[in-house]
Amino acid sequence: MVRHFGKHLVSALAVATALGLTGMAMPAAAATLKMAWSQDATGLDPHKQTAFSSIRLLELVYEPLLRTDSELNLAPAIASSWEFSEDGKTLTFKLDPNAKFSNGDKVMPSDVKASFERILDEATSAAARSNFLSIESIDTPDDETVVFNLSQPDVPLLTAMSSINAAIVPESAIEAGTIGTEAIGSGPFTLKSWDPNSKEVLEANPEWAGGTVGVDGIDISVLPDETAILASLRTGQVDFALINDPLVATLVPNNPNLTLNREPVLSYHVLQLNADEGAMKELKVRQAISCAIDRQDVLDAALLGEGKVTGPLTMPAYATDPSELFCYTQDLDKAKELMKEAGYENGFSAKVIAATGEPPTAASEAQVIQSELAEIGIKLDIEMMELNVYVDRWLKGDFDMAVALNGGRTDPYTMYNRYWTKDGNLAHVAHYGDDTLDTLMQEGRVETDPAKRKAIFAEFSKHITEMSPWIWLYTGYSYTASSDKVQGFTADPTGSLFGLSAVTVGE
Amino acid sequence: MNYLTRRLVTFPLVMLGVSVLVFISIRLVPGDAITAMLGTEAGLLTPAQRASLETYFGMDQSWFTQYWQWLGGALHGNLGISVTYGKPVLEVILRVFPLTLELALLSMIVALAVGLPAGIYAATHAEKPSDLIVRIVAMIGQSTPSFVVALLAIYALSVWFGILPAMGSFTPLWQDPLQNLAQMILPALTLGFAFAAAVTRISRSAMLDILSDDYVRTARAKGVPARKVIWHHALPNALIPVVTVSGVEFGYLLGGAVIVEQVFALPGLGRTVLDAILQRDYPLVQGSVLFIALNFMIVNLLVDLAYAALDPRIRLGGN
Repeated sequence: MVRHFGKHLVSALAVATALGLTGMAMPAAAATLKMAWSQDATGLDPHKQTAFSSIRLLELVYEPLLRTDSELNLAPAIASSWEFSEDGKTLTFKLDPNAKFSNGDKVMPSDVKASFERILDEATSAAARSNFLSIESIDTPDDETVVFNLSQPDVPLLTAMSSINAAIVPESAIEAGTIGTEAIGSGPFTLKSWDPNSKEVLEANPEWAGGTVGVDGIDISVLPDETAILASLRTGQVDFALINDPLVATLVPNNPNLTLNREPVLSYHVLQLNADEGAMKELKVRQAISCAIDRQDVLDAALLGEGKVTGPLTMPAYATDPSELFCYTQDLDKAKELMKEAGYENGFSAKVIAATGEPPTAASEAQVIQSELAEIGIKLDIEMMELNVYVDRWLKGDFDMAVALNGGRTDPYTMYNRYWTKDGNLAHVAHYGDDTLDTLMQEGRVETDPAKRKAIFAEFSKHITEMSPWIWLYTGYSYTASSDKVQGFTADPTGSLFGLSAVTVGE
Repeated sequence: MNYLTRRLVTFPLVMLGVSVLVFISIRLVPGDAITAMLGTEAGLLTPAQRASLETYFGMDQSWFTQYWQWLGGALHGNLGISVTYGKPVLEVILRVFPLTLELALLSMIVALAVGLPAGIYAATHAEKPSDLIVRIVAMIGQSTPSFVVALLAIYALSVWFGILPAMGSFTPLWQDPLQNLAQMILPALTLGFAFAAAVTRISRSAMLDILSDDYVRTARAKGVPARKVIWHHALPNALIPVVTVSGVEFGYLLGGAVIVEQVFALPGLGRTVLDAILQRDYPLVQGSVLFIALNFMIVNLLVDLAYAALDPRIRLGGN
């Protein structure tokens, strides 16, 4: 009630009329969640959208075959069960017979087949295509079974299939060419309206096979300024919000009726070095940089300590203890010694690129790194640029050093094959490669025994931090803030808002 | 040709110039719609995938061909399809423009209602303490950035009073006027604050000039009451610089007050253009900049016509 009263008090004051007070008798929409975020989705095609902001919306509307739970284990979504054949070259899914699209049609094996064929078609330009190249053909023997025939055993395929970039869309919509303009999925919500950069209206999908949705719908407002989001939470105009800026997030607990949910994420902050050119060709120089940087110090200074120091693998199932990795404790003497051995005792100059506001802490990260590297004689110039310009430069591999926030994946192979295999699409951005990395990645890809896989990737972590092509720094948190009225939200390390399907809103 | 026709003839020429400039400058900025949409994932596209996206966005053609096609469409009233909205550019612009127009009009009402009386008051009380106070307030108003005022207003309302205008879900005037005013009043006051300060300063100095003119002295000498001298004799002439300033400011606001729209989460023209630039939505950037240029020219024309109406000595164009 406070919410409605507040709104109308303003109008009443504004026009100085009693009319505003009579307008108070608005029915309370009890079970609609009012939500805010600062960045809106950029499109509706789940196979083409890769921005976090788009994926967070699409995850509420579409479903892939599988999903990851809050511990990042694979869980059923459209598929109720799945199984690799003995030789690892056939992958069979049984579909949930209750799964339905929001237009009322049952999800059929032909929809699954059509969706994957669309992803694999180069003309679609699907972002995740490279993850599915081992699929040779797809069979649909009956109304509930889909069989993927593979060219080689491919364990990471399962996690790739749990991404919203592998969402199952209706075959009819593919044929009609309406994917991207209409959103017909089998997820917990349907998209009723979308006003880009302004608002979205979601309604609970009564056809959803995954259970009962706790709210009637979600009204999402796009509030570009995060301090304004905090103000809206405070005044009860919004019940739930996504927050990107750690500085704003740390202010949430100051308010008695608000709760801050903090969830470690898979994406990682990293300093990328260009090992193809200049001084950083030298292993010892790269190692010196690794030893000179106090990761915890950068985290504390740039991110208010909101996060934790990480090695290359950020998913809990594969992460190793950072203290076992090369030079994870700052050692300036060793760093200076290494610089001397490499013949750079007088240091050198380099430029580091960083994107303005993405992440919000990029500039301060670069500054702390700049001052730490100055201690071993490396003079860093910081080049700040708009995100698109940064991405352009970064994709060309055109930098000495880059401060980056890279997205994580639940599987180490899917996360890193683009950088650390010789024919990876982004190998030229990584600026480094060697046979050991290549071999380890391939072994990890085909190994089906989880314990052996873990050992392979631990070896990968150890080797790559020693070669120091990149200096992995830390992972941050994803933040959501909710009012006391909102119950039952579970955050997810992938940053997914799928947990909203279980949320209820009280009075 | 009379003045009006001659001015109108220059419109298409200016628009053509603006369109070429925008067309080139947006393409000179590094990055394109594909990287804007896919971010770093754009690096995962195979050459064939990239080629098919380039065809889709029309980026596989030469700039000249692209411009020629765009111009051909624009002459038929077709400004192209916005990449982010998936809708015709004109439709997107016309949907967001009413908000910006309303915001600009409200700000101007605030500015004139506050600034003009304040300026006249200060001029007629020149060098008295009250004049000094008005001048100091106007100085603060002009030198405080609008986003500071906006954030202070939001902070004060939400922290001290626990209320806020509904943000994020904009209500058009014709749907619910009260709700709409509740949303618009703060942004309008924020923009009006600086605008009013400018009007105050200019009307004060214009009024002071005119009050020392011979014809005012004559009127006074003839025993015309002070109030009548100010409102009937001096004001119409003092209005000319005020009209100029208001016109320029209003034209600027029609382009969208980007920061204020951003802070108050108003989906107006300013935010649309900003987002379009960040998304490298070329058709939308081109269309909206053209639209803003047209608005500016129309406002300028109206200002010139207003001069003539206010002061018979000004004859436009001469015969």
